Amino acid sequence: MKRVSMTVNGVRHEADVESRTLLVHFIREQLELTGTNVGCDTSSCGACTILMNGQSVKSCTVLAVQADGAAVTTVEGLASNGDWHPVQKAFHENHGLQCGFCTPGMMMAAVGYLDENPAPTEEEVRLALEGNLCRCTGYHNIVKAVLAAADDMGS
Amino acid sequence: MATAEKYVGGGVPRKEDPKLLTGQGQFLEGLTLPGMLHAALVRSPHGSARINSVDVSAAAAAEGVVAALSGADLADEWAAGLPMAWPVTDDIRIPDHWPVAQDVVRYVGDAVAVVVATSRNAALDAAELVEVDYEVLEAVVDVEAALADGAPRVHESFDDNKSYTWALTNGDVDAAFAKADVVVAERYTQPRLIPNAMEPRAVVAQSVPSTGDFTVWSTTQIPHVAKVLFALTLGIPEGQIRVIAPPDVGGGFGSKLNVYAEEALCIALARRLGKPVKWVAGRSEGYLATIHGRDQVQEIEIAATSDGKILGYRVHILAAMGAYLQLVAPGVPLLGAFLYCGCYGGEAYHFECTGVFTNTTPTDAYRGAGRPEATYAIERVIDALAREVGVDAAEIRRRNFLPAGDMVQSPGGLAFDSADYEPALDRALELLDYDGFRSDQAERRAGGGRRQTGVGFSSYVEICGLAPSQVLASLKYGAGGWDAATVRMLPTGKAEVVTGSSPHGQGHVTSWSQIAADALGIPYEDVTVLHGDTHVAPHGMNTYGSRSLAVAGVAVHNACGRVVDKARGLAAHLLEVAPEDLEYEAGTFSVKGVPDRTKSMPELAFAAWTAHSLPEDSEPGLEASCVYDPPNFTFPFGTHVAVVEVDTETGAVDLVRYIAVDDCGPVINPVIVDGQVHGGVAQGIAAALYEEATYAEDGTLETASMVNYLVPSAAEFPSFETDRTVTPSTSNPMGVKGIGEAGTIGSAPAVINAIVDALSHLGVTDVPMPASPERVWRAIRAAQGGEE
Ligand code: FES
Ligand code: FES
Repeated sequence: MKRVSMTVNGVRHEADVESRTLLVHFIREQLELTGTNVGCDTSSCGACTILMNGQSVKSCTVLAVQADGAAVTTVEGLASNGDWHPVQKAFHENHGLQCGFCTPGMMMAAVGYLDENPAPTEEEVRLALEGNLCRCTGYHNIVKAVLAAADDMGS
Repeated sequence: MATAEKYVGGGVPRKEDPKLLTGQGQFLEGLTLPGMLHAALVRSPHGSARINSVDVSAAAAAEGVVAALSGADLADEWAAGLPMAWPVTDDIRIPDHWPVAQDVVRYVGDAVAVVVATSRNAALDAAELVEVDYEVLEAVVDVEAALADGAPRVHESFDDNKSYTWALTNGDVDAAFAKADVVVAERYTQPRLIPNAMEPRAVVAQSVPSTGDFTVWSTTQIPHVAKVLFALTLGIPEGQIRVIAPPDVGGGFGSKLNVYAEEALCIALARRLGKPVKWVAGRSEGYLATIHGRDQVQEIEIAATSDGKILGYRVHILAAMGAYLQLVAPGVPLLGAFLYCGCYGGEAYHFECTGVFTNTTPTDAYRGAGRPEATYAIERVIDALAREVGVDAAEIRRRNFLPAGDMVQSPGGLAFDSADYEPALDRALELLDYDGFRSDQAERRAGGGRRQTGVGFSSYVEICGLAPSQVLASLKYGAGGWDAATVRMLPTGKAEVVTGSSPHGQGHVTSWSQIAADALGIPYEDVTVLHGDTHVAPHGMNTYGSRSLAVAGVAVHNACGRVVDKARGLAAHLLEVAPEDLEYEAGTFSVKGVPDRTKSMPELAFAAWTAHSLPEDSEPGLEASCVYDPPNFTFPFGTHVAVVEVDTETGAVDLVRYIAVDDCGPVINPVIVDGQVHGGVAQGIAAALYEEATYAEDGTLETASMVNYLVPSAAEFPSFETDRTVTPSTSNPMGVKGIGEAGTIGSAPAVINAIVDALSHLGVTDVPMPASPERVWRAIRAAQGGEE
């Protein structure tokens, strides 16, 4: 057991974790933030994507102990004061989700990417989301939503 | 019922979204119950082996372990094996299928033991301690090899690996072929596909030992069907089982249309241990233990005149069942059996399918189920015919389309409703700018550059709305084709819709709300849709086969109509007029000629609830139910067009444009319909270009994780261009047909036809799926006389 402390969605948490505990399991099980999903066991699907110190990462590829001292944002922390993030709004308005299982990870990846590249082309968005799989939407409306969010955030 | 349609037909944003966008989705993995235990399975690493012994003692002694059990230990738990509900012929061979194997394992992933512990990690760790002694047997993984003389038998109790042969003949096939000017014969393979719903399967089973009641949460598409089958498998009185498909299920595509070993097992363990038991599949575990799709070999022959009019069809297919028969697996090819003639005419038709056991994960319905395979074969072979007789690919389709009309007789034997195939083709050609495309293509060919372009068409018709129970009976399907809805006005003027469908991404809550809000004349926000819990929605046939709107949605519509009828009687009573003297518009009854004498639906709901003054013979409450059993299937259709660029030196394929013109009848929510098309098309393109599950000869799944089974990402697709024609079905009062699978059914042949078209000047006539750069490159080499 190791003691870790991190800020998750603006709230500071301290806890003892087994050294093999993945960050995604720490978030889901110990912090009971179940919005972040687990879709695979090979770091392939991106369902578990979160922001760690502002960068999007797959939280199944990070050990909880490696996130010691980090600032983490999960889907639960995306809205502020009840106002949805432009990416959340754009996914809603553009039907960027069907079953919604990939959605938290997809949105966190999009938020991380738009921070790096606020005015991407369609091609760039497609490449940027390469690590996030969706089986429902064919990505059409996800890409549309991310471009709409970029517009919204830029204006 | 006169209603102004306010919501139906509009792209209303989905009610499902807010919780899913904010991390409040209620997926099953997030469910925790007090005292809950966790199960982990030990699975066979061999494609075929005899189990000599299973030693669970070390696992049982491990920390946190509550029980470790072999198949033999669990044998008494089962009142019956895992169910198969579609015995397509009288002589079909149905093997025993126990949730945990008892003496022989028949595929890699077949369960041999289970460990139950206080945490998932403890269970997974201890599962590694179970020692199984196997005598490895020879496996067979390929359908043709499985039928060869002397092939290893998947089930020793059967003489060979054939499960069934099902055949259908209409007209004089030999005569049609005898008089033909040309006969085109082709052979295609349908790669084995892994459905890959993004949410892995999961189950939680809870028992109340003192009463013998069970609650089962499962990531299922079919809670109601599963309830019946759990009762039969476990010998539990049906009334004591409640099945809940959680409010959010993360996709299915057929992979959650089943009754699985782990569901039965968790119920048995909850019964045995008196504690809730949970199982969650890892993705790679799911690759072994969740059904696969497709895996067929198809031979199709068409006879035609010299100007390309098709006279007859002959189709033989071999369909892999895998090691056992899952819920509806034998019937999957039958869903395509009537469609190998597509939307085309002809005089005679013969179809024959043999279901074959192999030492592989069982197959079953995967998005489209039988129909993508059939559509692929006819849409590829009609292109071969076009080449043979020198007719343009769009023109050959036009020449063979069945005439427009209703209940048009197809050579396959079914009568298609709402047939009007040309306008969809015309619209697709217009969006494409066909002439412009062909001149661009000719220029490129003349230029002789390495990047060549091609176009592929697919004009499909498919079968949805499964369907009339009597027709399903004639196909020996083990269940009905109806669905149910209850609509109830609440005292506060809101409405509850209880549906027998079980959505997992399709947006039924939104669409059913649109239907009910318009019919009842109340705001969309005032409708709540309840689903997925057998205690809340007592009746349902659930969600698969693009049936939900055309059956369950129509049930909602009809139940709303009955509520309005009942409300009319109450309004007439309260307004002291005859019911016929009332007009109904947008939720308000008014007396004809006296428009200020009105009763609104919320007023009537309250009056019906207080029941202070009701018409004679009327009961309190404003509620009605409908169980809808449609008179026929529905037959959506459309034309899809793919444009590709192929690098003739590397074989790399770039999908440049994808155009889908679909006809699913009137649309409830165009945004949702487009989304269904996008997702369906992507799955078909994925099959055409990327996905294939492969087995080594010993039965090892080579594509055993997401690392080597290529589920494509956004980077692999273009944006899609969608449009619609609208030809209402005559089989239901809403005219709706269904759209869940059309994209997958239409797309794969369009893509492969486009690749072949791009390379036709090089002599290429076929490229197998998935068309990897290597396969395309080999096809080019072979066509040019080089080695394959
Ligand atoms: S769970 Fe799939 S990448 Fe993390
Ligand atoms: S919305 Fe279902 S996986 Fe993306």
